[in-house]
Amino acid sequence: MDMRMARTRPSRADALGATGALGAALPFLALLVVGLAFPLFGGGYWGVIATRACVYWVLVSGLNLVVGFAGQLAIGWVSLLTLGAYTTSVLAAGNVTPEVPPYLALAATAVVGAVFGLIIGLPALRLRTFYFAITTLGFATIVTQVALAWQSVTGGGVGVPGPVFPPPFDTQWGFYYFCFGLAAICTWMTANVAASRFGRALTAIRDAEVAAEACGIAKPALLVTIFLFSGAVAAVAGGLFASLQSYITPDAFTLDLSVLFFIAILIGGRGSVLGPLLGTILLTVLPEFAAPLVAWSTFLYAVLLLVIVLAIPGGIAELLDFKNRRPLASNRAIVPRPDLLPRLLGKPAKAGTLTLQQVALSFGGVHAIDGLDLEIRPGQVHGLIGPNGSGKTTTLNVISGYYAQQRGAVKLDGAALPVLARHRRAHLRIARTFQTPRLVGAASVVENVMIGGTIAGDGTFVESLLSLPRHRRDEAALREAAVLALSVVGLEALAPVRADRLQHSELRFIEIARALILRPAFLLLDEPAAGLSAEEIERLGALLEAIAQAGTGVLVVEHHPDFIFDVCHHVTVLNLGKVLAAGTPAEIRSHREVVNAYLGG
Amino acid sequence: MVQSIVLSGVAIGCIYALIGVTYNVMFSASRVFSFTAGTLGMLGGVLGSLFIGQWGMPVLVGFLMVLVAGALFGIVTELVAVRPVLRSLDQHLYVLSTLALALMVQQLTAIEWGTESRPFPRLIDLPRGAFDQQFWLPMAACIVAIVGLDLFHRHTLVGRAFLAIAEDTFAARALGLPERGLRMTSFALAGAIGALAGFAGGEMLLAFFGNAPMLTFYGFVPVALGGMGNNRGAVVAGLLLGLFQQSANFLVGGIFASVAVFTVFILVLLARPEGLAGASAQRRV
Repeated sequence: MDMRMARTRPSRADALGATGALGAALPFLALLVVGLAFPLFGGGYWGVIATRACVYWVLVSGLNLVVGFAGQLAIGWVSLLTLGAYTTSVLAAGNVTPEVPPYLALAATAVVGAVFGLIIGLPALRLRTFYFAITTLGFATIVTQVALAWQSVTGGGVGVPGPVFPPPFDTQWGFYYFCFGLAAICTWMTANVAASRFGRALTAIRDAEVAAEACGIAKPALLVTIFLFSGAVAAVAGGLFASLQSYITPDAFTLDLSVLFFIAILIGGRGSVLGPLLGTILLTVLPEFAAPLVAWSTFLYAVLLLVIVLAIPGGIAELLDFKNRRPLASNRAIVPRPDLLPRLLGKPAKAGTLTLQQVALSFGGVHAIDGLDLEIRPGQVHGLIGPNGSGKTTTLNVISGYYAQQRGAVKLDGAALPVLARHRRAHLRIARTFQTPRLVGAASVVENVMIGGTIAGDGTFVESLLSLPRHRRDEAALREAAVLALSVVGLEALAPVRADRLQHSELRFIEIARALILRPAFLLLDEPAAGLSAEEIERLGALLEAIAQAGTGVLVVEHHPDFIFDVCHHVTVLNLGKVLAAGTPAEIRSHREVVNAYLGG
Repeated sequence: MVQSIVLSGVAIGCIYALIGVTYNVMFSASRVFSFTAGTLGMLGGVLGSLFIGQWGMPVLVGFLMVLVAGALFGIVTELVAVRPVLRSLDQHLYVLSTLALALMVQQLTAIEWGTESRPFPRLIDLPRGAFDQQFWLPMAACIVAIVGLDLFHRHTLVGRAFLAIAEDTFAARALGLPERGLRMTSFALAGAIGALAGFAGGEMLLAFFGNAPMLTFYGFVPVALGGMGNNRGAVVAGLLLGLFQQSANFLVGGIFASVAVFTVFILVLLARPEGLAGASAQRRV
């Protein structure tokens, strides 16, 4: 039985990836064919519209990673289009430098755009949502004003001619194919990122930032990378835009354009590449169908935005997601397979103990934990119980670096853990789950588990961008491990399903799978049995025992005394931030104070 | 020269402060920052010019009509763009819904009113002087609004209920306070204050649709720097912003003044994301 399972699993993991990839690529291939054949049908004016859609998409594809994936509300991205348009035009026209060949000018623009993408994006590392939105809006106004004022370079209100690309790209259709080619490359690259550990990490930052940190995802580094990329392609789009317009003035870069880019992504749906692509085409073409509507176009975009937000927050992508409309079996059960654990976790690496020495932390005048000693040994399940407010979750949060203790030390094998460095914990192979499951609802179950293995990859962002071999190896290995982890917790049948369609108890087990994929030396669980049925609690207990047997040190915060006494080797009882009692389950069960204060007589 | 810089700086600072208060009143009741704050200011100017300048209404009637229109727009904002997305506050959908509503009104104004700025009527028949009504009207409006709000919060039952909601929505609801009604009232009040800002500053800013994004940005600076929900902080930061902007205007010219304001704004925010007067909140896991 086991042999058969072992042989069939990997091939299933492959199939899951391969068929999914083919189905996902079909709409893009169809668009590619239509785009290539477009000059056969379209008249002169439609050529301009089609070229414009391509140029816009070059920008939106990059912005999509910022807005759709990372969830950063960059509403003023037109500033980068403006910057790119002027940089290319000014370089090509030779206003300040000797005349630069257009291709070289475009390349230089990409570099300038990357730098400014970073500058405009940087506040996102410190500021939240509305604040960041406002700062990007501010940039958009400033850039136009500078373009207007810096007459010696930008020509002020009179403007500058856009660059003309040499043959064969100097005709209308030639230029169209140039832009279409770049748009296709951008689509390919961003789709690669979307399907990589970087794309998943971005959605994790967007929807479950705390969990992302616990998985070792370093938000600053990741955001800096995509701001560089997004700025570069946006500026290139600006260069193309200038060439398409043939002459640019500051008036060309209204906030309306910014709104168009932003709304195209939201109409398309967050966390999708196809949706925003369709959204961009839709918004570029829509006003052309009725000339009187042109003046109303921004008004209509705004109405669309409101309707989308209120009625279908998932956008086009959700409407097209037929796979997730099929009803799920209602009688599904979670049947973990602890026997597969050794395959997932491998040979237990030699790990030391995780110790807390005299740790104290108070919020205002409240002593949340007050001189706590704790020792978690590999291969043992350690239970942490106590009444509400006794400091259980706070202890977990100190260990995983969300809170800084004011006194005492947390040590792993004798070395103190860095204070508040939450995303370093995953590198030390300390994994955790949360009191309320923190998952990316819009991502599939298997993708959620893969987020847990983000730090396991070797490939760089650029390798993922270009889908180089190392990236593909990373992905295959990660997917296989994720499916295996799902089999361990008994949820592999739900691998392709959107996580937000599942029941609460299933989400708890997905979090455990996400933690297990890290092959943790220590696993911290915050009330894993809450909301589970009696049967599920029993299976959870067996799973935890097996995890400990495989060499992992497990710390469980729980309220179910029976569950704790059944699975734990060692129990610590907290009261008001202090250790009330510690010992084996049998000792605790008969401890008089514990029975009085907590368990009841 | 110094006198005119100070006068116009304080006056424009008062307008920014009032828009900041508009943000704050909406925020306190709902934990939502709304992009419509600047739109309200723009509407105050445009509607004032329409009612009094074009339709020839008496100044007082026109003024009251502007306040009513602002309050109505506040209520519409609450109903259309805030209430439906409050349940999922953590997803920040309000940023998008209020942006959509603000854009709709702004575009509608651009189409119906025009994209050129139009003059705002003189409200009081007095000769022009150094300390002109275009300067002291915004100052008076700001003082009246701040003092009025303060008295309202301290001395009326509804005002105290506002404070309770702002402090702890759940606790207030548990006490049986009509949270929805109070939120709607807050938005109506914010609407009137925003419209008052645009109306009082009409002669300085003119009746111009483009004032909406401008005020949305400059009105948020006092909120961000003064600490969210903190009206006194907003007034101080607003006045500083106005004075800084007008001096930069005079010293380095208009465009680089906005660059300077923007740079200072970003740098201060990066150094202290919770504002100069705000306290940082403990993070909850």
